[in-house]
Amino acid sequence: MKRWESWVGLLGLVLVLVGSYMGLFVAPRERFMGDVQRIMYIHVPTAQVTLLIFTATFVGAVGWLWKQAWKWDHLVEGSIHTGLLFGALLAVQGAVWAKPTWGVWWTWDPRLTSVAVMVLSFLGILALRSFVDDPVKRATWSATASVIAWVNIPFVYLCVRWMASLHQTQTQSHQMDPAMKLPLNLSSIAVLLIAIHFVAVRWRIAARQRARELAE
Amino acid sequence: MKDKLPAILVGLAVVGVLGWLALGSVGDNLVYYWSPDQLEAAGTKAVGANVRLGGLVKPGSIKVDGTVTTFEVLDGSGKIAVPVRTEAIPPQMFREGIGVVVEGTLGDDGVFKSERLMVKHDENYKAPTSGADAEAAIKAAKE
Repeated sequence: MKRWESWVGLLGLVLVLVGSYMGLFVAPRERFMGDVQRIMYIHVPTAQVTLLIFTATFVGAVGWLWKQAWKWDHLVEGSIHTGLLFGALLAVQGAVWAKPTWGVWWTWDPRLTSVAVMVLSFLGILALRSFVDDPVKRATWSATASVIAWVNIPFVYLCVRWMASLHQTQTQSHQMDPAMKLPLNLSSIAVLLIAIHFVAVRWRIAARQRARELAE
Repeated sequence: MKDKLPAILVGLAVVGVLGWLALGSVGDNLVYYWSPDQLEAAGTKAVGANVRLGGLVKPGSIKVDGTVTTFEVLDGSGKIAVPVRTEAIPPQMFREGIGVVVEGTLGDDGVFKSERLMVKHDENYKAPTSGADAEAAIKAAKE
């Protein structure tokens, strides 16, 4: 436990357990959806944090194109790996919530479609990185592609307000029972800390790989 | 590398703006579901096409006859209603006044025949407000 990200990850793990316990056993049962709605306490934080992680990819990509410092490429690599893990979890959680409420596991509504585009585009960038042997070309090409892929992120967030969709819009504070807010906020902080832990660990792996590649 | 940077940034800006425009215009053209008034406005063009219809279940319109469920879908103004007939098993949340999206086709007789019935839940998350609500929620959870 010498590294700061270990403590961040541990704190996130404790908080996600507290938030999940409160969401599952303390928060009130939702009026119409019943117990299945309790998946909100992990699904909403996962969604928020996934969009933030890919926004970190965007920051890393712009940083690389601007300064050509390796730390920005490490951020791109670390955040894409983590974002894909969280994006996959997001889709699974959403499907589990959708089947009993909507009646289907999946439908091509604007929110689900744009999330699929998001995950597939960053998956493609990861593939691109593995095809390119020159570290500088790899960093520049994947940064360029990441900036383009990020354009979709505001659309993922806003499409439910702009377009007819099956997915509900963002909940305003007064639309949620006060007793549901604390577990949700705790889980949001927890998932963010866990994501920071993963990005930091993956960053260090990327840094070692680059150091070895550049030494050859 | 450094001397290429301005060109790369300009290229990115162009691609970014183009991407944004493409997504925006796709948004105007790609429609996930039609509302009852949009379906009515399309007239005979809508008949026979495979579409989704979305709206609210008209209170008092749900009738179940064996495996067949019929109900009416209202638009936001509450004035235009499209009758729907489906053999799909309604999701647990299906009830009067709730948002639904049905996939199927509008027939010559003006009845929308659907193979897939989806329930749209809104963005409100509330605890049961009365004893009756709580009992209904517990009953629904047990079923």
